[in-house]
Amino acid sequence: MKEYKLEWWKILCIVLLYYSVVGGFLLPVPRLFILNESIRLFYFHFPMWCTMLLLFLLSVIYSVKYLRTGSLPHDDFAVEAAKVGVFFGVLGLATGMVWAKATWGAFWTNDPKLNNTAIGLMIYVAYFVLRGSLQDETQRGRLSAVYNIFAFAILIPLIFILPRMTDSLHPGNGGNPGFRLFDTSHDMKLVIYTAVVAFCLLGWWITTLLLRLKTYSRLQDEMD
Amino acid sequence: MKWTRLLLLFGILCLSAQGHAQTSGTPEMADALRSDGKIYTVVVGLVIILTGVIFYLIRIDRKVQRIEKNQKKQ
Repeated sequence: MKEYKLEWWKILCIVLLYYSVVGGFLLPVPRLFILNESIRLFYFHFPMWCTMLLLFLLSVIYSVKYLRTGSLPHDDFAVEAAKVGVFFGVLGLATGMVWAKATWGAFWTNDPKLNNTAIGLMIYVAYFVLRGSLQDETQRGRLSAVYNIFAFAILIPLIFILPRMTDSLHPGNGGNPGFRLFDTSHDMKLVIYTAVVAFCLLGWWITTLLLRLKTYSRLQDEMD
Repeated sequence: MKWTRLLLLFGILCLSAQGHAQTSGTPEMADALRSDGKIYTVVVGLVIILTGVIFYLIRIDRKVQRIEKNQKKQ
């Protein structure tokens, strides 16, 4: 219990999370038809995807590192980051479904972005299936690292490029870029940037915790 | 003459009614909830949940750190 040190970025994460929850509900938002007050869900729906992407990006970077060096801690990092990434992705889907029910009238529409994101998450779920089916550590590490690179390479076109080539219910799809820097209402920028940073830090925090536990159990296994 | 005047009056009335409808048709927001002060209930509820989650996270963090320290001692 004694000399427990809470790192500065964890404190920052907590402060920013509180700001985005309180500010997300109380600060002014644009008054728009159909969206009405549900526009505030943007503060919590969008950061989920940012966190997921950040973690998947870190995961693929560490997979490449693993392939270059062959050191198992890199492989561990790639797995844990992908796990937390999928977790945030599922949260993003769930919040999106609630929002879709309120504004588009159905929990799931045939919007290309929805379907493609679901496919993308399935690809990542298959990553864990692949890992679970291999016994040998180095074989598992190498195969799944290659698969992870493939998964990331297919995820980006699935969620960023393909939805833009057809009509989509998501704002900014079907031609124009989505979340635009100068397009978002100024009132919303304050909270949305904070929330993105806060949730990314939270995702990173959870990833490091899982990674430390994994490192510990690996050491424990070696001692036994 | 009488009819044209009536028609004109009707037209003006229609126009003004439409104008009125446009100004009063602002998107519906949780203004009542805000003036009642009940939105604060939601915010307080969320803050409680967030506090709980963060408290739990810090506890896990602390536990992991303790395990790591014990590991180093061995």
